[in-house]
Amino acid sequence: MGGRLVLKLESIVKTFPGVKALDGVHLEIFEGEVHALCGENGAGKSTLMKIIAGAQPYTSGAMYLVGKEVVFHSAKDAEKHGIAMIYQEFNMVPELSVAENMYLGRLPVSPFGKVDWNKLYREAQENLDHLGLKFSAKTKVKNLSVAEAQMTEIAKCLTIGAKIIIMDEPTAALAEEEIQILFRTIEELKKKGIAIVYISHRMDEIFQISDRLTVFRDGKFVASKLIGETDYDDVVSMMVGRNVSNLYPVRDYKTQEVVFEARKVNSRGVHDVSLKLHKGEILGITGLLGAGTIELSKLIYGAIPMDSGEIYVHGEKKDCSSPRKALEAGIGFVSDDRKQEGLVLLRSIKENISMSSLKKLTKGFRLDNKLEADRVQEQVKALNIKVSSAQQPAGKLSGGNQQKVVFAKVLLADSDILILDEPTRGVDVGAKAEIYTIMNKLTEAGKSILVISTDLPELIGVSDRVIVMREGRTVLEISKQEMNQEKILAHASGGVSENETGN
Amino acid sequence: MKQETKKRLINQINIYRSVLILLVICIFAAFLSESFLSVSNLFNVFKQVTVAGIIGCGMTFVILTGGIDLSVGSILGFAGVVASGVLASTGNTFLAVLTAVAIGITCGIVNGFFISQCGIPPFIATLGMMTLLRGCVLVYTKGSPIPVKVDSYKFIGKGTVLGVPVPVIILIALFLLAHYILTQTSFGRSIYAFGGNREAARLSGISVKKTEWMAYIINGFLSGIAAVVLTARLGSAQSTSGQGIEMDAIAAVILGGTSLSGGTGFVLPTVVGAMIMGIIDNILTLMNVNPHATNIVKGAVVLIAVLVDKKVKDLSAKAE
Ligand SMILES: Nc1ncnc2c1ncn2[C@@H]1O[C@H](COP(=O)(O)OP(=O)(O)OP(=O)(O)O)[C@@H](O)[C@H]1O
Ligand SMILES: [Mg+2]
Repeated sequence: MGGRLVLKLESIVKTFPGVKALDGVHLEIFEGEVHALCGENGAGKSTLMKIIAGAQPYTSGAMYLVGKEVVFHSAKDAEKHGIAMIYQEFNMVPELSVAENMYLGRLPVSPFGKVDWNKLYREAQENLDHLGLKFSAKTKVKNLSVAEAQMTEIAKCLTIGAKIIIMDEPTAALAEEEIQILFRTIEELKKKGIAIVYISHRMDEIFQISDRLTVFRDGKFVASKLIGETDYDDVVSMMVGRNVSNLYPVRDYKTQEVVFEARKVNSRGVHDVSLKLHKGEILGITGLLGAGTIELSKLIYGAIPMDSGEIYVHGEKKDCSSPRKALEAGIGFVSDDRKQEGLVLLRSIKENISMSSLKKLTKGFRLDNKLEADRVQEQVKALNIKVSSAQQPAGKLSGGNQQKVVFAKVLLADSDILILDEPTRGVDVGAKAEIYTIMNKLTEAGKSILVISTDLPELIGVSDRVIVMREGRTVLEISKQEMNQEKILAHASGGVSENETGN
Repeated sequence: MKQETKKRLINQINIYRSVLILLVICIFAAFLSESFLSVSNLFNVFKQVTVAGIIGCGMTFVILTGGIDLSVGSILGFAGVVASGVLASTGNTFLAVLTAVAIGITCGIVNGFFISQCGIPPFIATLGMMTLLRGCVLVYTKGSPIPVKVDSYKFIGKGTVLGVPVPVIILIALFLLAHYILTQTSFGRSIYAFGGNREAARLSGISVKKTEWMAYIINGFLSGIAAVVLTARLGSAQSTSGQGIEMDAIAAVILGGTSLSGGTGFVLPTVVGAMIMGIIDNILTLMNVNPHATNIVKGAVVLIAVLVDKKVKDLSAKAE
């Protein structure tokens, strides 16, 4: 803090066909600060970051680096000026080592043109050590965890001498423990005088690590504030332009009949899990990375093979060996990875939303175009998805709106039992509140929801009951009254001995 | 405002770019040879492209899934010789056509089985089929052509209805049907979804294996139809017929703007792509160019067209 001004943006405007993504925004970044960028889905955060990182041109405005005006023509260009971006989709070569990836295209060579492996591994390892990272530079990238891969990207930024590192929703794919590793790394970077621009929809994180924040709304600059000058409510109301008083709707749930049951299901990463879901209930499942929560959800949906076990829907044994069969049995699924598993990015919003309901929308041989358009429009309205037209490719939407499209697809399929994996990952507070309200309404209408989340405040806020998993087994089941973060975390991490779990 | 119109123009070009390429080539052709624009020659061109066009139609399905089928030429060859054999021994046109179609479908089923059920890459699986089936053709014919002597069979390749050649009618009917399937049915949606993101399609409840399998079956079926049209037009089945046609068909699909990586494109432009290839052939023949040199020109045109296509796409990406 208190460093000199390194980057200044003035009146940046960026238009896409039909959308003004940025409308004259300002931003000032100082040396050694963590600068959080806040705003609803589609506010233009990622767009601005891509502009800063040279990955996208802007329509008008000016950019100053340490007082001098600069224009970047490519990401390489920006890197030369010391600006690097950590993308959410890692662009590393899985078969190569960490060191090779860090120096890709710049491998040190001996005078005869042979790669100087000793030097490469030594320097790479030094950079990793600097950040307090515990893995070897010789590890192949494919063997790294998501967090480690991300750390490698950050270490790579150091090797190119980055002064500003942009992180666009870096924690979206990380579990609680890994987030702490990331935060420690960020502290190290700060000490080196590197500025970090940090985008996240998790407010607690922003208040934990940032020094200053800037808020955008609908592509417009709202305010820049020191973290001490603001608080949660203030930021949220600046983001959405109104007060979001109760993020989690008040739930009035009374136990009803069992509608779904899994008996002793097993698969890779899931061991003898049994659970029951009641009509109208929201059951939360959580655990650390590798606890098997995601595997469990995919197993129920038939997305990964079940080794043994039985699944009952409305008391009837069902074959859920493929997603199609699970859908027919009345189970719907929202994946935690919308880009790889949720959406066909090339295809239109309409096609994506109707993808799970094609049978219902077919009359005879033909898809009923009118019916489809109407149904899709209903969902777009109900979920308040910001689109200029339903014919737009889904890939052009902002992250949060993409998530809503996946949601719309599952809602249109009209399943009784919904499995939601990290349903609000990358979704802004306003939209989060909307999604929670929708979940609430769905359960009131008699649907039942299984929600998997590593975001504990969310889990506690929405669930009527929570199951904690560790190493593929269920270790704790608690009701609404007993829920608290410490207890859940303690059981998830194994910090509680078996006797205390109350068996 | 100017930017807006520019953008719109580029978008228009994007939609009709295959038609534009076709027009440019036609204009060239008209300059190079006077006889090009005569009605009989144009019908001739149309007839020439029907075989590659019909196969290109099926190939569009396969390429939309992100796959490729190299075996179409051999399927055509095999279906052609066996159908002609059946025709020669029974004299029954219906039976011969049925044989060709059945062989096409069977080959498609086998291709699709290896690809969708066993997970063998399309390139490898169909490369194997291509060689295998060509071997079958040679064994069946022992290298000598099988003549076609039944008039009702020949009608399929040479006849006209109200002055329009039968193959052209078949071509148009098949393309319209394919267009309908791709744009108006849930199977069509599945093809696009599969090609765009297989995992997302699977998790959306689409039977991905069936969808992929079906694409190869359709392609096999159309190769069978193409075999009938070709043998009926030539009046005989050669052991070499269909050789190299997979390249013409793939080129037609690409010239039609369908992306090789799958998920985007349309079937109707494929017929335009086939026309482009056919006209190049035709004009070179009219100009008495050494037939051996034809491939040089065809290859070059494909490269140039794809290059232009990429430039236009880059331009429109920039305009955004
Ligand atoms: N390539 C593109 N073509 C057209 N519109 C785009 C494109 N990229 C972004 N947009 C639009 O620009 C706006 C800003 O998008 P951006 O991705 O910057 O939002 P964001 O603030 O990062 O949102 P999120 O929090 O959901 O990630 C959105 O309305 C989006 O639909
Ligand atoms: Mg974003």
